[in-house]
Amino acid sequence: MAIRDWPIKRKLTAILLLISGLVLVLTSAAFVTYQVVTFRQTMRNNLATRAQILAANSTAALAFANEADAREILAALKADPHMVAAALYGQDGHVVATYPARPPADLLPPTPQPDGYRFEHGYLVGFAPVAQGANQRLGTLYIASDTKAVADALRLSGIIAIVVLAIAMLAAYAMAAALQGRISEPILALAQTATAASTRQDYSVRAPKFGADELGTLTDAFNQMLGRIEEQKKELQQHAMKLEQRVAERTAELERRAVELQAANSELDAFAYSVSHDLRAPLRSIDGFSQVLLEDYGAQLDEAGRDSLQRVRAATQRMATLIDDLLKLARVSRAEMRTERVDLSGMARDVVADIQRTTPDRQVEFAIAPGLEAEGDARLLRVVLDNLLRNGWKYTGKQPQPRVEFTAVDENGDRVFVIKDNGAGFDMKYANKLFGVFQRLHSTAEFEGTGVGLATVRRIINRHGGRIWAEGVVDQGATFYFTL
Amino acid sequence: MNPGKILLVEDNPDDVALTIRALKSHNITNDVIVAQDGVQAIDYLFGTKQQRAPTDLPAVVLLDLKLPKINGMEVLQRIRSEERTRLLPVVILTSSDEERDVIDGYKLGANSYVRKPVDFVEFTKAAQQLGLYWLLMNRAAPVPRGP
Repeated sequence: MAIRDWPIKRKLTAILLLISGLVLVLTSAAFVTYQVVTFRQTMRNNLATRAQILAANSTAALAFANEADAREILAALKADPHMVAAALYGQDGHVVATYPARPPADLLPPTPQPDGYRFEHGYLVGFAPVAQGANQRLGTLYIASDTKAVADALRLSGIIAIVVLAIAMLAAYAMAAALQGRISEPILALAQTATAASTRQDYSVRAPKFGADELGTLTDAFNQMLGRIEEQKKELQQHAMKLEQRVAERTAELERRAVELQAANSELDAFAYSVSHDLRAPLRSIDGFSQVLLEDYGAQLDEAGRDSLQRVRAATQRMATLIDDLLKLARVSRAEMRTERVDLSGMARDVVADIQRTTPDRQVEFAIAPGLEAEGDARLLRVVLDNLLRNGWKYTGKQPQPRVEFTAVDENGDRVFVIKDNGAGFDMKYANKLFGVFQRLHSTAEFEGTGVGLATVRRIINRHGGRIWAEGVVDQGATFYFTL
Repeated sequence: MNPGKILLVEDNPDDVALTIRALKSHNITNDVIVAQDGVQAIDYLFGTKQQRAPTDLPAVVLLDLKLPKINGMEVLQRIRSEERTRLLPVVILTSSDEERDVIDGYKLGANSYVRKPVDFVEFTKAAQQLGLYWLLMNRAAPVPRGP
C-alpha cells in the first residue's frame, strides 16, 4: 500500500515515530561520540603519565646502559594487560630493552619517532624523552597500548544508546498511539459520517464534534451542510409527492374525460348509424312517390304541378346529399388513423383522373408537382385532396381557361402544400367562414355544394396535427394552404 | 322464365310498395313474398308449428338490415347456419352504407350488398338490375333434399 493510502492513524503514528526516532538517534550518536572522544583523551593522558613515570625511572638504566635494569623497569607494564609493547632506545636510537622480551615486529619501530602520543593502526602509541635534568637527553621511551578499552567503552555506550533508543521508541509509540487519536478521531468520525450519508443517502446522521479547533469548525460546517441537504431532500420529496398527487388527479380527470369522450363518441356513432339508416328512408318515400305521381298521374297535372313535384324531388335529393356529407364528416372524426408515408402527387393524379372520367365535357388544366409526400392516413388524405381538387374544378367552372395547381413550399422548415385555382375566388372578409359546417360563400344556383366539404377537410388536417388556411381574390382564384 | 320467387324482407311499407313497383315496371313478374320483420322471414324459410316450410326456396332474398324483433344480420346468420339455406343467395338491400355493415354483411356470407338510392329513378334501375341478375342470369346452387 502506498504511503499516501495509509489510514491517517498510521500516518500520524509513523510521523511521530519517525521524528522521535530521528531525534533519539541523533542524540545517541552525539552521546556515543562524546563518550568515545572523552575516553580516548583520558586514555592518552593516562598513557602519557605512565610513559613519563617510566621515562623518569629509566634515566639511570639508560645513563649506565644497564639493559637488565631497563628490562625490569619495562616489565612493570605486565600489570596492565592493555600494554602490548614498550621499548627504550638509547641516545643513538638503538633498542636498549623491549617489553615483552620479543614483541611482534610490527609493534616495535626500529628507530624512535618524534615525541608525542597518537593512535596508529588500532593502537595508541607514544614516544617520550628520557632525560636527565632539563636538557640532557639520554634516549627515548616507546610505549604501545591496545585500544580494546576504547572498543569496550564504545560497545557499552552503544548498548546503552540502543537500549535507551528502544525504550524511548516504545514510549514514543505508546504516546503517539495515545495522542494521534486527538487528531485522527474527529477526522475518522467525519469520514464515517460522510460515508454513511453518501452510501445510505441518510442525511439525518451528524458527525460528533470533539473540540473547537479547525477540525471542530470542519465538523460544524459538514453538519450544517448535511442539515441543508436533509432539508432540501425533504422539500424535494414534498414537491415530488405534490407532483405525483397532481399527476394522479390529472390522470383521473383525463380518464374521466376519456370515458366521457368515449361515451360521446359512441353516442355519435349510434347517432350517425341511425341517421344513415333512418333519415334516408323517408326521403326515399318522398322521392319515390313523387316519381310515382309523375309517372302515373303526370298527364292529369299541369306544368306547374309537375314542376312542383320535380322541386320536391330535387330537394329530397339535396337532402340526401347533405346527409351523406354530414355522415362523411362524422366518419372522418371517428375513423381510426393509420399513419404511413403517402404519395400525395400520385393520389392527386388519381383524383384528377377520376374527375376527368366522370366529367369528360369539361376541360380543366391540372398541374400536379411530382414527388409530393407526407406522413398521414392515406384514406383521410385522399378525402382532403378529393375535396380541394374538386373545389378547384368546380369553382373554375366559369373561367375560360381553368387551371388548378398542386404544389408545395417550405416555410420556416414546415412543408406547406398549396392547391391553387384561377376560379371564382372569394372575399377575404369571409375567409374565417370558409371552413365552418354548412357555411357557403356562393349560392347553390351559382355553384353546387353543401358546405360540408371544407369542414371535413379541416377536421382531417386537424386530426393530423396540421393547419389549413386560404387566400382568395374575387374572380381571380383561391389558394388553399395546409400542413400535416 | 325462371319460376323463382323473391323473398323481400322489409319492414317499411313504402319501401315494399316502391320495390314491388320497381320490379313490376321492368316485367319482372316473379312472385314477391314480403316478410315485414326478421321473425316473419325466418318463419317463412324454416316453417312454424302451424305451417310447413315451402318446398321451393326463393331464388334470392332481398334483405334489409334494420328490422324489428330480429334484425337483418341475425336473419342472415340463421340462413347461413341451416344446411338447407346455407347456399341461398342473399342480397343485402338497405339504406346505410356504413362500412361496418358492409363488412359484417360479407363476413356473415352475404352474396351482395346494395345501398338503396334515394333517387327513385336510380332505385328502379337498381331493382331492375338485381331482379334480372339474380332471377335470370345467376345459376343457384341445387337445394339439398330435406329429410
